[in-house]
Amino acid sequence: MMQEKIREIREEIEAKIDSFDSSRALYEFRKTFLDPKDGKISQLMKGMRDIPKEDRPAFGKIVNEIKEWAAARFDETDAKMKLIELDQKNKAEAVDVTMPAEMQNAGALHPDTLICNELIEIFAGMGFEVFEGAEIENDYYNFTALNTPKDHPARDMQDTFYVSEDFLLRTQTSAGQIHVMENKKPPIKILSPGKVFRSDDDATHSPMFSQMEGLVVDKGITLCDLKGMLDTFSKQIFGEDVVTRLRPSYFPFTEPSVEVDVSCFECGGKGCKLCKGTGWIEVLGAGVVNRHVLENCGIDPDEYSGFAFGMGVERIAMLKYGINNIKTLFESDVRFAKQFKS
Amino acid sequence: MLAPLSWLKEYVDIDVPAKELERLLFSVGFEVEELIELGKDISGVVVGEVKTCELIPDTHIHICSVDCGDKGTFQICCGADNVEVGGRYPVALVGATVYATAKDHVTIEGVMTIKKGKLRGVDSEGMLCSGVEIGVNEDMYEGGGYCGLLVLPKDAPLGADVKNIVGLDDYIFDIAITANRPDCQSIIGIAREVAAVLKKEFRMPALDYKTDGKPIDFNITVDAPDLCPRYIGHYVSDIEIGKSPAWMRRRLSMVGINSISNVVDITNYVLKEFGQPMHAFDLADLQNSEIVVRRANKGEKIVTLDEKEFELNENNLVICDGKRPVALAGIMGGLNSEIKDTTKDVIFEAAKFARDNVRKTSRALGQSSDSSSRFEKGVDEYSTQCGMARALHLICELGCGKVSPWHMEIAEKAEITPTQLKVSVEKMNGVLGIKVPDDEIVRHLCALGFEPKIDGDTLCVMVPPYREDIDGHVQDIAEEVIRSYGYDNIVPTFLESAKVTCGGLTAEQKTQNRVKKTLCSQGYYESMFYSFFSPKDLDMLRFAEDAKERKAIRIMNPISEDLSLMRTTLAPSMVNAAVRNLRRGNTAGRFFEIASIFEAESLPLTSYPREHKMLSISAFGDNETFFTFKGATESLAKEFGIKFSYEKGEKQYLHPGMTAKILCDGEEIGYMGRLAHDICDELAIEKPVFVAELDYEKLSPKFITNISYTPLPKFACEVRDLALVMDEAVTCHAVEDAILSACKFVTEVSLFDVYRSEQIGKGKKSMAFKLVFTPDDHEFTGEEIDGYVNRILKKLSYTMQIELR
Repeated sequence: MMQEKIREIREEIEAKIDSFDSSRALYEFRKTFLDPKDGKISQLMKGMRDIPKEDRPAFGKIVNEIKEWAAARFDETDAKMKLIELDQKNKAEAVDVTMPAEMQNAGALHPDTLICNELIEIFAGMGFEVFEGAEIENDYYNFTALNTPKDHPARDMQDTFYVSEDFLLRTQTSAGQIHVMENKKPPIKILSPGKVFRSDDDATHSPMFSQMEGLVVDKGITLCDLKGMLDTFSKQIFGEDVVTRLRPSYFPFTEPSVEVDVSCFECGGKGCKLCKGTGWIEVLGAGVVNRHVLENCGIDPDEYSGFAFGMGVERIAMLKYGINNIKTLFESDVRFAKQFKS
Repeated sequence: MLAPLSWLKEYVDIDVPAKELERLLFSVGFEVEELIELGKDISGVVVGEVKTCELIPDTHIHICSVDCGDKGTFQICCGADNVEVGGRYPVALVGATVYATAKDHVTIEGVMTIKKGKLRGVDSEGMLCSGVEIGVNEDMYEGGGYCGLLVLPKDAPLGADVKNIVGLDDYIFDIAITANRPDCQSIIGIAREVAAVLKKEFRMPALDYKTDGKPIDFNITVDAPDLCPRYIGHYVSDIEIGKSPAWMRRRLSMVGINSISNVVDITNYVLKEFGQPMHAFDLADLQNSEIVVRRANKGEKIVTLDEKEFELNENNLVICDGKRPVALAGIMGGLNSEIKDTTKDVIFEAAKFARDNVRKTSRALGQSSDSSSRFEKGVDEYSTQCGMARALHLICELGCGKVSPWHMEIAEKAEITPTQLKVSVEKMNGVLGIKVPDDEIVRHLCALGFEPKIDGDTLCVMVPPYREDIDGHVQDIAEEVIRSYGYDNIVPTFLESAKVTCGGLTAEQKTQNRVKKTLCSQGYYESMFYSFFSPKDLDMLRFAEDAKERKAIRIMNPISEDLSLMRTTLAPSMVNAAVRNLRRGNTAGRFFEIASIFEAESLPLTSYPREHKMLSISAFGDNETFFTFKGATESLAKEFGIKFSYEKGEKQYLHPGMTAKILCDGEEIGYMGRLAHDICDELAIEKPVFVAELDYEKLSPKFITNISYTPLPKFACEVRDLALVMDEAVTCHAVEDAILSACKFVTEVSLFDVYRSEQIGKGKKSMAFKLVFTPDDHEFTGEEIDGYVNRILKKLSYTMQIELR
């Protein structure tokens, strides 16, 4: 009778144990036999009290055997099933690793800012402060104080936008020099970046562009100091192998005035498309500060001397990054802006 | 400035190739913008003599046998009407390059290579050429303008390169002259520099003339000496108007001037050679035998040589006879006194007119000439005398008139002499930072005509009278010396005598960089737009007629109306950028700009305007919402430790339901919102565009840029979520404020869900907040937190009718 029941349980288990499709269902099935309260095998134990005392040990042994057998049988099946299930889950969760990442793409600074920052870093290390002047300037500061009086032909070098008889859009950041020198006594080492304006509008000229102007005034400053500083600067911004060349030029506010060329960093001076075959690239204008300019600012030109240099920020950006049209710098085209991550 | 090599050679012995001279000029500050090689496109053209010449029947073509000396004899077909036996012509041999001309035989269409060919079935080995085909015109070479063959001299050697014969073996230097060297706006000015750089002698052109003409009773008065510091008049009689000699026509042609007649050509020749504009008046047309230089009367009229009429005013200087203006001073002569074929007597004028007056008149009238552009650059007084003498010399040389003894020169300062200048050698070297050897100083200044002498530390020079740029200081001399001695001699040093200074950015400049970086980290790209914009931009964003943005500073001479106003708001530039991107197919973008707007106290400007720094931000594209855009301003608030509050706002160009005023510490610092639908429609854009504009100058002082540490809380924080039901009108901000003020242990409140349903009720919404409780002196128990939550809920219910869902 007892043997019969155990055989039935065993057959019932064997008949269904491999037919489940989840470990959860298997667990439910297991409970119908092994639940400590309601399980069929647990129930068998409850029949113990109806068994004569002398038969109880044997009975217990049989029930324990079936219980252990069932537990082992379920554990083994469950382990197999869990493996299958894990495999299925992994498969279901598998991703196409080549799909794009999800992230917040950072923006970027304007190329002018990148160049200005680079320049400022170089010159700040040499002890320069940064001074930003006003965009609308007085005629005096933009021209007259810079040794360019009203009838001076140099005024024709730059076509000026006027906003009134006396006020204009500054044509050069040099205007800021005067404000600095009027308010600060030497030693002066100033870098002044900013927007400047000239009435010029074609493929290579924009009516607005940025300049970076440098000014040093102290005792005994010479043209050699200018050359030394520009050598250092050129190497830092264009590369260690670059050399500089000074050649005569003219600016009303410096004398002697020079154009500064750097050896072509593209071809190393052999001549290429970038340097138009000359081996040299013009990067800035400079010179020894004209004594009239110092006088105009109340600095004694017999005691102090100085030099100044100025460059077009866009020109440097176009050279360094290979930008071919100055206009693109002021259009904020997404495709343009994205190329200046740094 | 155009300077032909052959012309320069008249004043200096040039023994270096043109290319080398270009390099040398560059090294002393004269950049050759273009070195024009005259016969560059022509090769393989030699002198040939036609030996036989037979007409092909029923055609205009001749079969010629052409002897080209050592090059051989060739059969060449020729269609020109002036071919004849015994004539010598340019022969383009097979393989030669010459200009191809259009059917008119005048227009050059390109360069062609001569091949063996057949004309009407007859072999032709080469081509007989016209002047145009080898690149010469009538002025360059006599007969060069004829559309038939160019006739060469009988003695031209057969087989010789024709370029040497017609003067195509020449170069023209197109030189950029810096504004301080107007004296080099002349062939002799350049020649002086060439002589100096080659260390050769400069030969001054002849200035002598013989006065065998008749005297005259004539008078000159200058009523405006401020505008005319020197005026020289000279009478020449017995003029015979005719053609000028070939050499003069050729030179004028090479510098771009057409030959007109001997007298007019002389004035142009002197303009180019000495840089001195000249004018010649027909004496017969000058009334009352006088010239008066004066300011024009208002409304006075003149018709210039090119038959244009101008109405003048007192800002214009005119040359008048006894009755009327006969020339616009320095710009152009009057039609009423021009040189004609019948002219017999002329008054030559050489003057110095104030450059800014010539410039102003020229600009105001829109009338210019070679003369006016020369005056604008500045003519020195010395050249007026030389120019007049040279013109009179040329009259004699050409034999086209008799120079009268009548000469009148009116000038403030009668004498023109070199000025002496003494400077310290040590100071001069001090400017440069090197010690230029004394003998080098002397050698270079001597070559430049400064007659230097060194005595101890004193350098004494005589400044040439044409060097008005030298104003008497050591820097002038230092520049002349180093320019010639060579900048390669400058040894780099690194501020050996300067004091050490402390450089770097100010705190404010550093902060601005951090603002930019913060916005970049949120995906925004930095923009830079023009500081000026268009009145249409203000219309586009519907600024009212009396809006302060309309009180923009106007540029008096803008490039165009679209670039005529200084910006009073940065928003239009941002909107335009979004529109431009969308039209170019860029479907999304994020930008920001930090720039100044310009606010005038009064217009027109009499004092510096306020330049006010603003920050504008924009985002556009399908994925942008009001709240993604708010991320930009919030990222700034987080980065700089400040708190923005947002209130529903209004802006005429923004969406009425998606506009916020941005406040910080109770002060309004800007606004943000979505571009209004109807404006988007007008601009034909379909994607949402968001724009914000913040007052950067109000904002940046609020930034907390110093780091201050708060010790970590000792006890763990507890988090509770609350879903609250309230009226639609209740804002998120109001609920957050109420919660924070109800319990001091709540250190953070954040919205994480908004839910609406029928169950919740019409006009109601459910907002779910996460609350963080931070204990101060002991760990919170569950009961304690429940107590705080209850207190919060009671307050919300009592004051705002907000209930727990």
